[in-house]
Amino acid sequence: MALLQISEPGMSPAPHQRRLAVGIDLGTTNSLVATMRSGIAVVLNDADGHALLPSIVRYCPDGSTAVGYSAQVQLARDPRNTIVSVKRFMGRGLKDVANAENCPYDFHDAPGMVQLRTCAGVKSPVEVSAEILRTLRARAEAALGGELVGAVITVPAYFDDAQRQATKDAGRLAGLNVLRLLNEPTAAAIAYGLDNAAEGVYAVFDLGGGTFDVSILRLSKGVFEVLATNGDPALGGDDFDHRVYCWIVEQARLAPLSDEDMRLVLTAAREAKEHLSFQSEARINVRLGTGDLIDVTMTQKTFAEVTRTLVQKTIAPAKKALRDAGLTVEEVNGVVMVGGATRMPQIQQAVAELFKQAPLNNLDPDKVVALGAAIQADVLAGNRAAGDDWLLLDVNPLSLGLETMGGLAERVIARNSTIPIAKAQDFTTFKDGQTAMAIHVVQGERELVSGCRSLARFELRGIPPMAAGAARIRVTFQVDADGLLSVSAREATTGVEAAVAVKPSYGLSDGEIARMLQDSIAHAGDDAQARALNEQRVEAKRMLEAVTAALAADAGLLSADELVALKTALDQLGAAAAGSDRRAIMAALERVNKITEPFAARRMDRSIRLALSGRRLEDMPF
Amino acid sequence: MIDLQQNHFELFGLPLCYDLDLARLEESYRRLQARVHPDRFVQASDAERRSSMQSSMRANEAYSTLKHPLARARYLLELRHVDVHGNSHSAMPPEFLEQQIEWREALEDAAHHPEALVSLEERLLTEIEAHYAELARRLDSESDVANAADLVRRLMFLERLREDIGDALERLHA
Repeated sequence: MALLQISEPGMSPAPHQRRLAVGIDLGTTNSLVATMRSGIAVVLNDADGHALLPSIVRYCPDGSTAVGYSAQVQLARDPRNTIVSVKRFMGRGLKDVANAENCPYDFHDAPGMVQLRTCAGVKSPVEVSAEILRTLRARAEAALGGELVGAVITVPAYFDDAQRQATKDAGRLAGLNVLRLLNEPTAAAIAYGLDNAAEGVYAVFDLGGGTFDVSILRLSKGVFEVLATNGDPALGGDDFDHRVYCWIVEQARLAPLSDEDMRLVLTAAREAKEHLSFQSEARINVRLGTGDLIDVTMTQKTFAEVTRTLVQKTIAPAKKALRDAGLTVEEVNGVVMVGGATRMPQIQQAVAELFKQAPLNNLDPDKVVALGAAIQADVLAGNRAAGDDWLLLDVNPLSLGLETMGGLAERVIARNSTIPIAKAQDFTTFKDGQTAMAIHVVQGERELVSGCRSLARFELRGIPPMAAGAARIRVTFQVDADGLLSVSAREATTGVEAAVAVKPSYGLSDGEIARMLQDSIAHAGDDAQARALNEQRVEAKRMLEAVTAALAADAGLLSADELVALKTALDQLGAAAAGSDRRAIMAALERVNKITEPFAARRMDRSIRLALSGRRLEDMPF
Repeated sequence: MIDLQQNHFELFGLPLCYDLDLARLEESYRRLQARVHPDRFVQASDAERRSSMQSSMRANEAYSTLKHPLARARYLLELRHVDVHGNSHSAMPPEFLEQQIEWREALEDAAHHPEALVSLEERLLTEIEAHYAELARRLDSESDVANAADLVRRLMFLERLREDIGDALERLHA
């Protein structure tokens, strides 16, 4: 066998093997895609030179779909089929959506996630988001001239499990290999930190179109460590627009508006808000469909007054994050501003007052998240040399727990725990002879379950009848590096087991994803079978590369028999991948997976020993 | 994969004691995560990705336990088979219970006065620091686990009180 280069994690392949990876900022108002070019992160523009893609999707009467500017121009004419700010609906039921009555949509309250009735049928927010991602993917593939290895998609740090899962599902639906879900303030910190060689404690204040995050990070050579995060997943520039909108309606004494006029006035409100970030007053002049004319002028002072409570809503989360980080404002070296809404002077002022320093505005607040995501995507795709990369340690934003007797939430994983993390807790039965236990997984900081978000319910059945309190049920929570939760339960004496990836109540089941993929493929006139086969081939190729590289480095960790078995399995996988039987590829993949299990464990072992061998001998415990 | 038989101290190559060199703990932790973190294995085989996640989780668990003095002390006692909670014989002495009530009353009285809360917090911090100093002595130089366990129980109460003062301050500033 030819000797391959040693491929330690983070090892850079030769330039011609550079893997195409992108970072995507899937924003409430605008979305962007960025990549690394010649060592510099750049935002990829569309054919017209636009960096921003308005996060607007229109389902047109002729069955086509328009995304971005082409959808935006029809916004006031076709509000019902033109979806803006869909991010606000991700992983949300109808009752969770603020100002739903002021949205010109035909909502359909499906279990789990709200849906939208359009001329193209009922659409889930996941499907709408996937349209935006698909557009960005096409833009990137056209610009880079090849198929993407993967993408990092950013999410608000304060997104809960359901919202994260929905985002990842949207990525899959758009045909992207989601390398990681990255928290938006963390992405911004990477871009800012690397650009400025920043060291010390930094706060990232991220007020986007629909979400607010504040993260406290410690930046030191080679490590970005999130100490604490907080926020409000339903607070953003949209809410400021809405306040201005209400003010206009009140000033102009308008009768209830049609959907079209509502959209016209909302757009005018947004323009006024943007204007007031730089000017002392803004004139709002709109001719409604009814023929009525609105002509009012808003001063910056009035703007600040009507939005005061919104600004205040950002202060408490910032203070909480600092407290959770165990730091005072005096210990913060800098405050990085992210998100278009931080351009508003009242926000700049509030942040300066709170942190007792002028905030840092030297990066484009609209682009910094996408740039950071691109930099991280480049690392995750393995394009950087070892030593020229960094470690990113992020946290879970909200406490995770279970419902116990009396509707109380028992915390299993505390907020701001570094991920990935696993924690187990033991519970017992309440009644004599109890044979099943309902497990209700919740997320949030309140003591009462009713104040937390319900993530999933499942049952552990087949517990042998015992006296109350005799059974030992161990419930294990696991949060992966994307911040996604899975929960399993096991009765200790019998080993009865139940597990759930926390999807059913708010995310989409694999079946639903499969259906949507089918739909979208049928729509595109593609061949579903060919596509599924191609996906398996890509997976086989990835596996072959990974294992071959591991063998090149560490074949010595295997016995001669093991080596033969593994090589045989790899040959079979190669042969299967060359054929066109999807199931054969899957089976061969499964075999390789199983055989590499102990090999992977031994490699990890060796890696850990190497990590610790950097220290002096007298420091070793033995 | 990380050896599950190793205790948290062994994992980071640190001596088994309460008075840890926190800078070294952090350095070891980072060096370990730099090797095992899932971000390093995005392109690896499924088995390696699983193994990476388990190792990374183990490192996080160990680090968060050793980083916090109270969690570290409880863990040290656990390694010496002393259960801080379980034993009902070890009820807190009446003088400590009385003190608890006093602290709680002081918190109630101060709840609406930021300055009073801050001075209460300062008084409490002095008390907490004294407890930790004694805990270090009991655990490291004297191996007096019974008294150490008693101190841990007291500290659990005092730390909760510190949290509650922080909550009261937060409410006041909201």
